Amino acid sequence: MQVRVLVRLKPGVLDPQGRAVHHALEGMGFEGVADVRVGRLLELDLADGTDEAIIRQMCEKLLANTVIERFTIEGVN
Amino acid sequence: MAFRAAVITFPGSNCDRDMATGLEAVSGQPAIRVWHGDADLPSGLDLIALPGGFSYGDYLRSGAMAATSPVMRAVIAAAERGVPVLGVCNGFQVLTEARLLPGALLRNAGQRFVCRTVALTVENASSPFTAGYAAGETIRIPVAHHDGNYYADAETLDMLEGEGRVAFRYAESCNGSARDIAGVLSANGRVLGMMPHPERAIEPAAHASLGGADGRRLFESVLASFATA
Repeated sequence: MQVRVLVRLKPGVLDPQGRAVHHALEGMGFEGVADVRVGRLLELDLADGTDEAIIRQMCEKLLANTVIERFTIEGVN
Repeated sequence: MAFRAAVITFPGSNCDRDMATGLEAVSGQPAIRVWHGDADLPSGLDLIALPGGFSYGDYLRSGAMAATSPVMRAVIAAAERGVPVLGVCNGFQVLTEARLLPGALLRNAGQRFVCRTVALTVENASSPFTAGYAAGETIRIPVAHHDGNYYADAETLDMLEGEGRVAFRYAESCNGSARDIAGVLSANGRVLGMMPHPERAIEPAAHASLGGADGRRLFESVLASFATA
């Protein structure tokens, strides 16, 4: 089974990378960009039937640092 | 009894030799070098040092992969027994990822790698690492990092300050760190993580830009606490 984990900085945590991308877009002439946040997408190929609780443990123990990041788990098929 | 210090090397560590050299210069004893894949630490350690560098290429997050390495399980167990643990730069990042210290190190607010000698204020002068300094003293220690922007939620920051667990603060803003925090201590004061590099400031240099000697007292403090233990 394919699972996607989307890891994002929590709201309120400064994202210098997102800010740099934001400034670059404005510098290129794109208008109306209010904010940009950069996150991380992980695609996991797991044994069929892997329990969501196990995937959550993977996220909490390694894939995300829950001090600064939040994550969402999305089943692809 | 001779002072026994171990320096851990992860793939991508690059300050491990400096750390060992600094420890040896101060203690007169050879530092024991330990590889990340070792599941056991040498017995009877008086200090474990996690050096700077870019462990595992900083993949995923700085320090995240190193925090899961076999040797870190032994380091966490040793810290729980009260063995002093010092993490410098990437070593600090590893300690936060391993949850031995609260908070996290984010990308510098200015987005740039910062490499210069900075002024620090000693906030806590009573830990095994900082007893050789005076509280409120200003010292100069080099920094060299991209991810040194200390972050913790307001509640955690208040707790750290209330319990005297901020060891060092940048005398002027360096990387966007919350409350200019440069180094933090564990609740029992026996784990210290700091972004500046005391091991690069061990001997008076011919030129002031080459580090200076303000880092030496950190290692002397550990040695003194060992001697009186």
